[in-house]
Amino acid sequence: MKGYIRLILVAGLLSFSATGQAKEMIQIKGSDTLINLVQKLSEVYMQKNPGKYLSVTGGGSGTGIAALINRKCDIADASRQIKGSEVEQAVAAGINPKRVIVAVDGLSIIVNANNSVKQLTFDQVGKIYRGEIFNWKELGGDDEPVTLYGRQPNSGTYDFMKEVVMKGDYSPRMMQMNGNAQIIEGVRSDKGSIGYVGVGYVKNATGIAVINIARSAGSPYLSPLNTDDVVSGRYPISRPLNQYLAKVTPDIVDFIRFELSPEGQKIVQDEGFFTLPPEYVESNQAVLGK
Amino acid sequence: MIKRMKEKIIHGLFFLNGLLVIAALLGIFLLLIVTALPAFKEIRLSEFLFTAVWDPTSYARPSYGILAMLAGTLLVTCGALLIAVPIGIGTAAYLAEVASPRVREIAKPVVEVLAGIPSVVIGFLGIVLVGPFVARIFHTSNGLNALNGSVLLAIMALPTIISLSEDALNAVPVSFCEASLALGASRWQTVILVKIPAALSGIIASCMLGMGRAIGETMTVLMATGCAQAMPHSFIDPVRTLTATIAIELGEVAYGSTHYYALFAVGLALFIITFMVNLASDVILHKYQNVVK
Repeated sequence: MKGYIRLILVAGLLSFSATGQAKEMIQIKGSDTLINLVQKLSEVYMQKNPGKYLSVTGGGSGTGIAALINRKCDIADASRQIKGSEVEQAVAAGINPKRVIVAVDGLSIIVNANNSVKQLTFDQVGKIYRGEIFNWKELGGDDEPVTLYGRQPNSGTYDFMKEVVMKGDYSPRMMQMNGNAQIIEGVRSDKGSIGYVGVGYVKNATGIAVINIARSAGSPYLSPLNTDDVVSGRYPISRPLNQYLAKVTPDIVDFIRFELSPEGQKIVQDEGFFTLPPEYVESNQAVLGK
Repeated sequence: MIKRMKEKIIHGLFFLNGLLVIAALLGIFLLLIVTALPAFKEIRLSEFLFTAVWDPTSYARPSYGILAMLAGTLLVTCGALLIAVPIGIGTAAYLAEVASPRVREIAKPVVEVLAGIPSVVIGFLGIVLVGPFVARIFHTSNGLNALNGSVLLAIMALPTIISLSEDALNAVPVSFCEASLALGASRWQTVILVKIPAALSGIIASCMLGMGRAIGETMTVLMATGCAQAMPHSFIDPVRTLTATIAIELGEVAYGSTHYYALFAVGLALFIITFMVNLASDVILHKYQNVVK
């Protein structure tokens, strides 16, 4: 019995090392907001191109960029832009990360479906997450304490909210959830909850309501589900979803071109995100060439 | 002559094996100290140990206080022990004394299989099952809190406690039981007043090992306790444990930054806690063993 197991192990190791040499695997790692989308894109791409192999894993934007710098992956998914300090580290490690934008996200503020509050201003969202508003009645809702759901510090969305929306620190009472899906799960079962997730995650979710957001008190309340408002940037918390490339090789460029092709962008829409406006298409062309 | 040589070689081999374990332990300890020390160039030790705010990526000013996380870790672990120890010893006593051999043959392996369930699965259970249940009982809006984590860690610590406690109970000499029964004690009195005290060293050691598992557990608490950074005030507050902090932040921290070293300092604190728990269990083990002898 033991000898048999050993035989299988050895055979497994041999075949693993043999295939490991034959295949060029593109490693993609990073944002939890992007993971479903990029997984779908790579599945379709691998079906169309037999012999090409991609592996897509999550972990958060910060984790992906750290892996890029440590040469553990070829493409880092990021729902935020790379930080100055990260660029410095990359350059020190001999890498010059190139940015490609693959989709547009309307960061969605969600509450429990039974919450009577349906709209908030940009400013109010910041106040809620900084811990300056404690009860929904302060916002015209029911007398119900606010429970904050957010992401963990390795998340690009966590940073994006902090830098762009709140311009301050999160309330220490915020629950730090391990991914978009867990935020949805938490918000669904909690009456006083508020959470933030990529718009791709609200499409098929039940038990939650998407809040309409106004830039300031006088401006119109807009929904992240409306394509025009998000892509034009009228929706106040829309953002590009990025991929950072460690190097521009033909294999990687081929996959990126597929992502940006009409077929790839159709998948982007099917997954609930939005296709690129002209200025992003141009900045991508500058990286990839025509 | 050859036989002697063989003996010597095998003797040396075992000695080397033992040395290897000690070397690994010392190596880990040294690595932790060396990588944790630079953190204290910029963080005062008093700030690290006695302030509650941990926010190294703060918008305004980074802060490195582990008090809230320490409280969270201890809260979750103590809660887990409060649940797991009575259930664990009770189950062990049942398996050792009451259960028919047939039941025991089935039940014990089943309990041990419980130890093999991946912690992610238990964490998921905490989100979809234990959490909502806890929320309904305590009328809170959600169940992501220390109590949820305690229940899950209790489930994870149970196999260790049950299995080792049962072994300890079975190791009590039959003559003890016979003497007790002969003096007119009932089976209940024999178990409670004779067998459990006689097996106490093993039982306590099993609880300590269970506690060690609970303190070090990461994924389950990361998923089920809410991970809020505020100081917890009760079992139904969300908590963030030391292990969860390391797991969340180490993946993306810039190598060589204060934050990086501070995470190793957190690891060192955790190491010292588990070391003390193990040391305490060892001391107790020896003390009671001497009493029984």
